[in-house]
Amino acid sequence: MSEHLKTNNALIKWIDHRLPVFSMMNETMIDYPAPKNLNYWWNFGSLAGFALVVMIVTGIVLAMQYTAHVDYAFNSVERIMRDVNGGWLIRYIHMNMASFFFIVVFIHMFRGLYYGSYKAPREILWMLGVVILLLMMATAFMGYVLPWGQMSFWGATVITNLFSAIPVFGEAIVVWLWGGFSVDNPTLNRFFALHYLLPFVIVGVVVVHLWALHRFGSNNPLGIEANGQQDKIPFHPYYTVKDAFGVGVFLLAFSGFLFFAPNFLGHPDNYIPANPLVTPAHIVPEWYFLPFYAILRSIPDKLLGVVAMFASIGILFILPWLDRSPVRSAKFRPVYKWFFWLFFANCILLGWVGQEAAEGLPLILGRLATAWYFIHFLVVLPLLGVMERPKPLPVSISEPVLSGGGGLAAAAAKPMEKA
Amino acid sequence: MAADSAHASQQSQDEETRRDFLYLMATAMGVVGTGAFAWPLVNSMNPSKEVLALASTEVDLSPIEVGQSLTVMWRGKPVFIRHRTEAEIAEAADVALDELPDQEADADRVVKPEWLVVGGNCTHLGCVPLGQKTGDEKGEYGGWFCPCHGSHYDTSGRIRKGPAPENLPVPPVEFLDDTTIKIG
Repeated sequence: MSEHLKTNNALIKWIDHRLPVFSMMNETMIDYPAPKNLNYWWNFGSLAGFALVVMIVTGIVLAMQYTAHVDYAFNSVERIMRDVNGGWLIRYIHMNMASFFFIVVFIHMFRGLYYGSYKAPREILWMLGVVILLLMMATAFMGYVLPWGQMSFWGATVITNLFSAIPVFGEAIVVWLWGGFSVDNPTLNRFFALHYLLPFVIVGVVVVHLWALHRFGSNNPLGIEANGQQDKIPFHPYYTVKDAFGVGVFLLAFSGFLFFAPNFLGHPDNYIPANPLVTPAHIVPEWYFLPFYAILRSIPDKLLGVVAMFASIGILFILPWLDRSPVRSAKFRPVYKWFFWLFFANCILLGWVGQEAAEGLPLILGRLATAWYFIHFLVVLPLLGVMERPKPLPVSISEPVLSGGGGLAAAAAKPMEKA
Repeated sequence: MAADSAHASQQSQDEETRRDFLYLMATAMGVVGTGAFAWPLVNSMNPSKEVLALASTEVDLSPIEVGQSLTVMWRGKPVFIRHRTEAEIAEAADVALDELPDQEADADRVVKPEWLVVGGNCTHLGCVPLGQKTGDEKGEYGGWFCPCHGSHYDTSGRIRKGPAPENLPVPPVEFLDDTTIKIG
């Protein structure tokens, strides 16, 4: 685990002396010391990076065939599907990988919540992740508008109209966003420009995210800091192999959707060309926005609904200061563990509510779930930090392994958890 | 000696303030200058001249019989024109204002009572309400009904029931002659 580059290649040595790019790659991806107890939930970071690369590569190729004009956009997408060589495959990859990108990132975030990865000294690492989520949401929303189907048009109308809830300046802001008096050609053009730009902004924030990550290294399932080199293993080959295996499993699941149900996660109305005179009977956003859409609709006041929806993500920025418990991993937090799963179920419930009509039972459940979402962060977490009695932490990452052997590690940990 | 050192420290303090002032001025100029250059970029995203030029539309009303409706496009959005019947006009005029969520008299919403011209997007989240075609559901108040979240509008396009906060907006309407109007 030396920090120095080991090579006999004279050219690499010559370049590295002048531009230490090989040393940097060695330090961040090869010799980089990682905790030796990372489980499969730690695969989802590199998996998200993989999804981002796939999105950018397929997106650049699609942009070569797409026409950002209200009269041609829909037909240019159909042309990609029917006439462009392999166009259907590239578009379906782009479409479905968008969904899988969100699945991966949501799992990555729930992993962070469970194992307390947002706690000191990793607060900024977590906050940069929230920035990436916001950028992803903006990018995904604008990408969904580009095919100029009915859901594209009306989704854009409803979402941009959210800004009209801002007091005094609301109308002017919406007209500015549209570049006109309704969602129209100027809107489509600027959405395309931004949809192309933002992924590269995401790449930039990802680089800073990794920079912050490598300052203290990954958290781990035990949530305790590594005591020294005996608690760590080099990233390559151990985690490169593990991550590569994860990519393989991920691609199997992805291919299932890609080849057998490519439109399962989309909405059929988006295959009807946009029509400003007819609204679809039931407007729903893409599935990954449903929990936030449910929060928006749960609140009867237009402005407060918009505020609550943005607050539901904004609150993640201050999470490291809401959760005061000194123990990171939920393994050693007997009460928080249950609240975590309750919170998880609550998010799923919000997602279900988001795709139902806002009336009757879904409306009531939506309001309760919205309330619980905020209670979890604002009441439960601060109280648990004071009231919960955590279980004793192991002395080191190596201890459970050395005292019981690999296969017995779980058994060895059991009595400790009950203590 | 003491006087000398006091003088020296006085001088260095003076120099620090002068330097602070220069820093402040340079930064302020930089911020103002950047802002001045950012404004044209931001403003370029506002509606362009050709979008503003299409901001009015003329409509020939003569083919619309009493009781019929017409939907026209204005600024990229639908506008409802309804040739109201006597009964519809009476119904709209007879409502007590305090029954209305968004209080507005029918007389203030029309130029000529038989022609009602209102924006065709629900004031809730912008859907297009039903009620323009003969077979459409027109809601409990005989005007329009928004299927998205169930808002009912009356024969003056005023919100009567449902989540929408405001009446359907009345665009600027001008009668060029008896059967031609200019919207916008």
